[in-house]
Amino acid sequence: MLLGPALGVSAILFSIGVLGVLIRRSAIIIFMCVELMFNAVNLTFVALAQQLGPDGQVFVFFVMTVAAAEAAVGFAIIIAIYRHKETLDMQDLNLLRG
Amino acid sequence: MPSTVSLIWLVVLLPFLGFLANGWLSFFRPDAKRLVSGIGVGVLVASFLVTLIVVSGLAGAAEGAPYIQTLWSWMPSGELQIGLSLQVDQLSAVMLLVVTGVGALIHVFSIGYMRDDDSYPRYFAFLNLFVFFMLLLVLGANFPVLFIGWEGVGLCSYLLIGYWYSEEANASAGKKAFIMNRIGDFGLLIAMFMIYRSTGSLNFVEVFASAPSAFVINGPTITLITLFLFLGCVGKSAQIPLYTWLPDAMAGPTPVSALIHAATMVTAGVYLIARTNVLYAMAPFSGAVVALTGAATALFAATIALKQWDIKKVLAYSTISQLGYMFMAVGMGAYAAGVFHLVTHAFFKALLFLGSGSVIYGLHHAYHQTHNEDDAQDMRNMGGLSRMMPWTTGVMWIATAAIAGAPFLSGFFSKDQILAVAFARGQDATVFYVIWALGAVAALLTAFYMTRLMLYTFHGLNRTGAEELQHLREAPWIMTAPLVVLAVGAFFGGLINLPHVLPGAGGLEHWLEPATEASAQYLAEVHLSAGLEWGLMGLATVIAAAGVFGAWRLLDSDSLVPASEAPEETGIQKILLRKYYVDELYDTYIVRPTAWLSQRVLWRIVDDGVIDGAAVNGLAKVTQFLGWVGTRFQTGNLGTYVILFVVGALWLLSATLR
Repeated sequence: MLLGPALGVSAILFSIGVLGVLIRRSAIIIFMCVELMFNAVNLTFVALAQQLGPDGQVFVFFVMTVAAAEAAVGFAIIIAIYRHKETLDMQDLNLLRG
Repeated sequence: MPSTVSLIWLVVLLPFLGFLANGWLSFFRPDAKRLVSGIGVGVLVASFLVTLIVVSGLAGAAEGAPYIQTLWSWMPSGELQIGLSLQVDQLSAVMLLVVTGVGALIHVFSIGYMRDDDSYPRYFAFLNLFVFFMLLLVLGANFPVLFIGWEGVGLCSYLLIGYWYSEEANASAGKKAFIMNRIGDFGLLIAMFMIYRSTGSLNFVEVFASAPSAFVINGPTITLITLFLFLGCVGKSAQIPLYTWLPDAMAGPTPVSALIHAATMVTAGVYLIARTNVLYAMAPFSGAVVALTGAATALFAATIALKQWDIKKVLAYSTISQLGYMFMAVGMGAYAAGVFHLVTHAFFKALLFLGSGSVIYGLHHAYHQTHNEDDAQDMRNMGGLSRMMPWTTGVMWIATAAIAGAPFLSGFFSKDQILAVAFARGQDATVFYVIWALGAVAALLTAFYMTRLMLYTFHGLNRTGAEELQHLREAPWIMTAPLVVLAVGAFFGGLINLPHVLPGAGGLEHWLEPATEASAQYLAEVHLSAGLEWGLMGLATVIAAAGVFGAWRLLDSDSLVPASEAPEETGIQKILLRKYYVDELYDTYIVRPTAWLSQRVLWRIVDDGVIDGAAVNGLAKVTQFLGWVGTRFQTGNLGTYVILFVVGALWLLSATLR
C-alpha cells in the first residue's frame, strides 16, 4: 500500500514546516508552519494506522482537537501582540532577552 | 572521715554568694558601702571559720586518705567521667587556710583603702569572685575543676588589674596579664590531654594511682607532660620567661596586689606542682628544669628589684624572686619546703604589700589635700615616714626581717630549708650546687633591696614637701589591724615547720606526708648532717646580715632628690632600672612581629585575600560568570530558540538512532 510515498510526503511537509518556522519572520506564517507540522504528523499516523491498527487514527482526532484549541489561543495571543506592538515581526519581539 | 569535713561545699559557696550580692548592689545600690563591706568581708570571715572546722575535722581523721565530695556529674562522656568534685586533703587544707585567712585580712584592709572609691561594690564583687575561683582551684578533685579555678582567677586578676580602667595603662596591664597567662594555659591544656591519653582519667586520685604503671620513669611522655604543666605554672606564677606581666599588674589597687599577685593566685603554679608531685618525681629531668628556672628567676628578679623606684615594683620583683625559691623547692622534690615557703611568703609579702598600701594611701591623701600631682608610689618622693606612720613602719620592718632571713623569723626557716635541700642534692648532681649558689646570691640581694626600700621610704630626710607633711598621718585602725595580725604570722610563721635540728621539727612536712608520700619512693632521701645544717643556717644569717648591712652602708638616702628633680640614671643602674630591657626585647622580637604578621599577613592577605577574597567573593564571582554565560543564550529572539531547539532535537534523534 502506498506507505512509502505517504511517509515521504509527510517528511517533506514536516521539513517545510520546520524551515518556515526557522526562516520566516511573520508570527502568522510561523503559526501556519506549525500547523503544517501537525498535519505532517497526522499524515504519518494515518499512514501507519493502515498497518498497525486504528490507534493512530484515534490519535489524529486528538491532535486535531488540541490543534484547534491551540489555534484559538495562539491567534488570540497574536492579536494581543499586534494591538500592543503594532507589528508581528518576530525580530522585534525580544522582551525576554537575558 | 568526720562529718564536719563534708561542710567543704560551704567554703566555696560563701564567696560566690558574696559575689552575687555585691554584683547586684553594684548595679542597684552603688552607695551602700556599709552593706557591701559587711557582705564582702562577712562571707570571707565565715568561709575562714568553716575552713577551720573542716581542717580540724580532717586533722582528727584517723586515715590520711583525701576526702572527695562530688557535687554533681559535670561531663559524663563514655569512659570519661568528670564530676564537679571537691577534694580535701592535707595539701588543699594548707592552701584553704592561706586563701581564706590571708584573704579575709586583705578584705578588711580593703574597707579602709578603697573607702573613697566610686565603684566600691564592684571592687568587692570581683574580690569575692576571685576568692571563689581560688578556692575552686585548690579544692578541685580533678584537672578540669582545677582548670576552671585556674582560668577564673586569671579572669579576676584581669578585672582587678584593670579596675581603674579609665586610664589606658591600667587596661593594657590587665590585657598583658591575661595574654601572658594564655600562653601558660595552653601548656596546661595540652598536659591535661596527654594525661588523659596516658592514664584514661583526669581525677587526681586515679591519675596518681595509675601513674607508676602508665609512665616510664624519665620517659618522654611523662617528661613532656610535666614540662607542659610547668609551662602553665610559668605563666600563672610569673617565672622566666613569662614574668613580665606581674610588675605591670601593680596597676591594680594595692590590696589586689597583696591578695592576687603575692599571696594566693601567683602561688597556684607551686600548688599545681606540689599537687602533681608523683608525676614530677617520675620525671627528674623536668624537676631539674623547674628548679633551675626557679633559681634563675629568683636571682634575675632580685637584681631588677635593686634599682626600682616604685615601691610596689620593688615588691613585685621581690614576689617573682620568692616564687622562684618555691619552684626551686618543688623542682627538687622538696614539696613540703616549697609549700612552707608559700605559706610564710603569703604572710610577709601580703604584709609588705598592705604596708606599702598604707604608705600610698597616706601619701595620696596628703597629695589630695595639697593638690599635688606627684607619683605617690615613687620612693624618691617619700623618706622619713617613720615619724608619721609608726605602726606601718614597725610591721614593715618585721616583714622585711622575715623576707630577708633574719634568724628565727618565718622567712629564715622556709628559705633556709630550700637552700639546705639544694645543698644536700648537690652531693648527687653538681647542678644543684649551682641552684644553691643562685639561691644564696638571691638571698643576699633580697636582704639588700628590702633594706633599701625601708631606708628610702621610712628613714632619712623627708622628701614629700613641707605642706604635704602636715597632712601625712597613720592609716585608720581598720587598715593597721590586719597589718598587725599579718605581722604576727610573719614573725611566728616559721614555727609550723622547724628544721630537723630543732625540737618540734617538721610539723608541716609531717602534715603533708599523706599528700606527698606517693612520690617519696622516686626521690633520693635528703641527707644532711646536723653540723652541716647548723652551718647552712649560720651562713644564711651571715648572708642576711651582709645584705642589710651592705644596704645600710652603701646607700645614702639623704642624697636622694624627689622624682621630678632626679637626674638621668647611667650605666648598669639604668639597665637595672629599665629591667634589662626585657619588655623592649619582647616588644621588638615578639609583639611587633606578631602584630605585623597579624596585620599584614593574617588580616590583609589571609582574611581579606583568601577568606573574603578567594573563598567568599570568588565563589560569588564564579556563580555570576556562569550566570552570565547562561544569559548569552537568552537572546529573546524566537529564531534563536527554535534553531537551538531543532539542533538539539536532531542531535538527540541522531544519538538515539545510532
